[in-house]
Amino acid sequence: MDLKPNEKLNIDNILKDIDKYKPKRRGWHWREGTGEKRQIGKFEYYDQSKCLDNSQPLPAAKYFNNIDPQSKSVITTEIASGRFEDDIRRMRMAAWHGADHIMVIRTAGQSHFESLIEGTPQGVGGIPISRKQVRAQRKALDLIEDEVGRPINYHSYVSGVAGPEIAVMFAEEGVNGAHQDPQYNVLYRNINMIRSFVDAAEAKSIMAWADIAQIDGAHNANATAREAWKVMPELMVQHGINSMFSVKVGMKKKNICLSTVPPTAPPAPSMRLDLPYAVALRELFSEYKMRAQMNTKYMESSPREATVTHVLNLLISQLTRADIQSTITPDEGRNVPWHIYNVEAVDTAKQAFAGMDGLGEMVEIKRDQGELADTIRELKERAILFMEEILEIGGYFSAVEAGFFVDSGYNPERNCDGIIRKSDTGVGEGTVYERDIDYMAPVTGHFGYNNIAQYDENLIDHPAALIGGGTFEDPSKIIFIDELDENDNVNIRLEEVEELRTTSKIKPEMEWLGDGIILTTLFLPTDIRTAEFAAIEIGKKMGLEDVEVIHKEIMQQAEGTRIELKGRFVYTIDTKDLIIPPTPKILTEDEIREEIKSKPMKIVAATVGEDEHSVGIREIIDIKHGGIEKYGIECHILGTSVPVEKLVDAAIELNADAILSSTIISHDDIHYKNMKKLHDLCIEKGIRDKIMLLAGGTQVSNELAVESGMDAGFGRGTNGAHVATFLVEKRREMSHED
Amino acid sequence: MSRVDDFQVRRKHLANLTEEELENRFWKLAERIVEPIVELSRKNTSPSIERSVLLRMGFSSIEAKTIVDCILDRGLIGKGAGHIVYRVAKEKDLSTREAGLKLIDGELWDDVLAIFKGGAN
Repeated sequence: MDLKPNEKLNIDNILKDIDKYKPKRRGWHWREGTGEKRQIGKFEYYDQSKCLDNSQPLPAAKYFNNIDPQSKSVITTEIASGRFEDDIRRMRMAAWHGADHIMVIRTAGQSHFESLIEGTPQGVGGIPISRKQVRAQRKALDLIEDEVGRPINYHSYVSGVAGPEIAVMFAEEGVNGAHQDPQYNVLYRNINMIRSFVDAAEAKSIMAWADIAQIDGAHNANATAREAWKVMPELMVQHGINSMFSVKVGMKKKNICLSTVPPTAPPAPSMRLDLPYAVALRELFSEYKMRAQMNTKYMESSPREATVTHVLNLLISQLTRADIQSTITPDEGRNVPWHIYNVEAVDTAKQAFAGMDGLGEMVEIKRDQGELADTIRELKERAILFMEEILEIGGYFSAVEAGFFVDSGYNPERNCDGIIRKSDTGVGEGTVYERDIDYMAPVTGHFGYNNIAQYDENLIDHPAALIGGGTFEDPSKIIFIDELDENDNVNIRLEEVEELRTTSKIKPEMEWLGDGIILTTLFLPTDIRTAEFAAIEIGKKMGLEDVEVIHKEIMQQAEGTRIELKGRFVYTIDTKDLIIPPTPKILTEDEIREEIKSKPMKIVAATVGEDEHSVGIREIIDIKHGGIEKYGIECHILGTSVPVEKLVDAAIELNADAILSSTIISHDDIHYKNMKKLHDLCIEKGIRDKIMLLAGGTQVSNELAVESGMDAGFGRGTNGAHVATFLVEKRREMSHED
Repeated sequence: MSRVDDFQVRRKHLANLTEEELENRFWKLAERIVEPIVELSRKNTSPSIERSVLLRMGFSSIEAKTIVDCILDRGLIGKGAGHIVYRVAKEKDLSTREAGLKLIDGELWDDVLAIFKGGAN
């Protein structure tokens, strides 16, 4: 089964025979072709990786032969809609834009669930990570990665009180990356710390066998602390503890990634605070990988503001190192991420990295001078002091009991507002048991004491051989559970949207097929409070349901407010009832050239009215820009700010076939007024039935131009071929009329 | 108790170290912090670890949970859940999967207790 770029991904095909599906591969994949210069289109790039076979370039790529450079960093997108079947479509869109690390967020509450969740129940703020959902998503990604031409890493969480089991399931199902950090369970999920660490050792050992890349959880301290920039020394300590613990249980350093985030955001002087930390961390952890996260701590409901912060985060990545560049959707401050914002965030990273390509050749940071050098050293020393004190108080568990962690003080400063956990409390307390002398586990990837020798001394290094191999050796031994809940599963959900999946009817959507959600931006000339309530009324009058203001921003407290409004559009649109004009036909260069050769054509052109813009008309006419001159059309450009009368007189004098009028300025519809005037004047002079009138400009629509008396209007995106095609075809049509 | 930022006082013993020495110190300290926890993990197990062993032996999550819960009830988790299934299968000349399914059905537990002498070691 292959995907076709112009066909939707069929979820029925993904679910078919899912019980038998085996993933194509195991292990993490880094982008290929990094560390070398490469030619992409007209440019040489220094920091990009191999291009994709199929991708969706940035909007401005059309000016650069549609190139789509792919950064050297793996790019992450985080998906959390709660319905895996809708997430799969989003994964494909993100992959086309350049994401190759798909991080699936878990549903709230799974970390306290003993054992695996099975089936496909709907989640909240993420999906319940079950074997069926993981397998279906991995299967879809196996197809999508073939389509785009680059392996895609699939990622979720190995945490909570079922960590080792989830790690086994991930290893079996070809999951490539996972969050694993026992400190996260302890501090933020109140899971008993003894249990958390003992489980973590087993989970990490399994992940090491499966070559799964690990991401730690230290960045959460940054998101939790009152003043995020003060926890920098502690962040280094948390990274150090999880990294060293992972190494000690057998994980390779190349698979250990630090989840690090620039702690501050503007209007704080964020670069000056964040850069020394980024440098210090990368020096201290030079053997480990960096997963650069974007700041979430100071996100508000403005996607614009978030995007600016995130671009500054990307600058830090470019100046230092980001093996994995995570992206945060710019709408995360106001809702669970929508499809379009996943794509936007991926594009933000791709765009910034393309733009900053090779910056290191010309700009370098002053590592050994002044403020930067001093701060780097200070951060390292503060982290060391933190660790010395952990040992002084009796070790890690004692330090957590004493509230060392997530204190808002800049260590060694303490504000005594840290998170306190006791070793004899928390979820899963009292569930750690000492292994007896004859303890044994006949499986691969097991950590710690394992008395295999009591049965066979030769199998100490191959414990699973005792049972003739386990699921890691023989995947046919995996027991697949399909559904457990007959009322909460994917089949029911798919039935509910059957019409939208199988007919020509569509609805707008942001998260789930058929959710009907739309977003409207408006400005209201009133204060913020009034604007909010007025906007809700506007939404209702537009026929929307569940209307909600999701962003408001003061332009000036009396003059007005910007509002972003979401609501639910309740109707469906049947695309087969739409009257869609055919896509404009373009004649080949040879056809046009041949026609003009046998019957020469002459045009006059100008920017009309009080308008000094000339770029547009040059683009359409000038041979250097691929304009209509290249087909042999004789062109007379009269200039800018040309009165309509002069243009018509010139056309008469030269006996032109056509007048091309360019109108950029569109205030008060002046462009349409000029078109009307041109048309009327041609009638008055008696040439209208013999001459073609064309109008162009960024704000011109064909329909309104025709209404204003033109034969055609050309808007944004027009090139010489479009105009030449029209001229040739219209002239043929007019000669037939004669 | 709150503490003011006395970094300048506390850092005195670090002041003369090179940055390389500082970094080495950081990693030595990390090692000392995690070593006792690694040892603790080496010697202990948990219900989740034992369920993960059974998953790798070819049991479903539901089956694994049932078997581990029964083993916890009988105070035998220190033997290892996989060990119990393996051993009773061997004694009864069954496949590990057959033995595990019988344990879920409440069978073979007397044999298990006899083999492992009620959990004593």
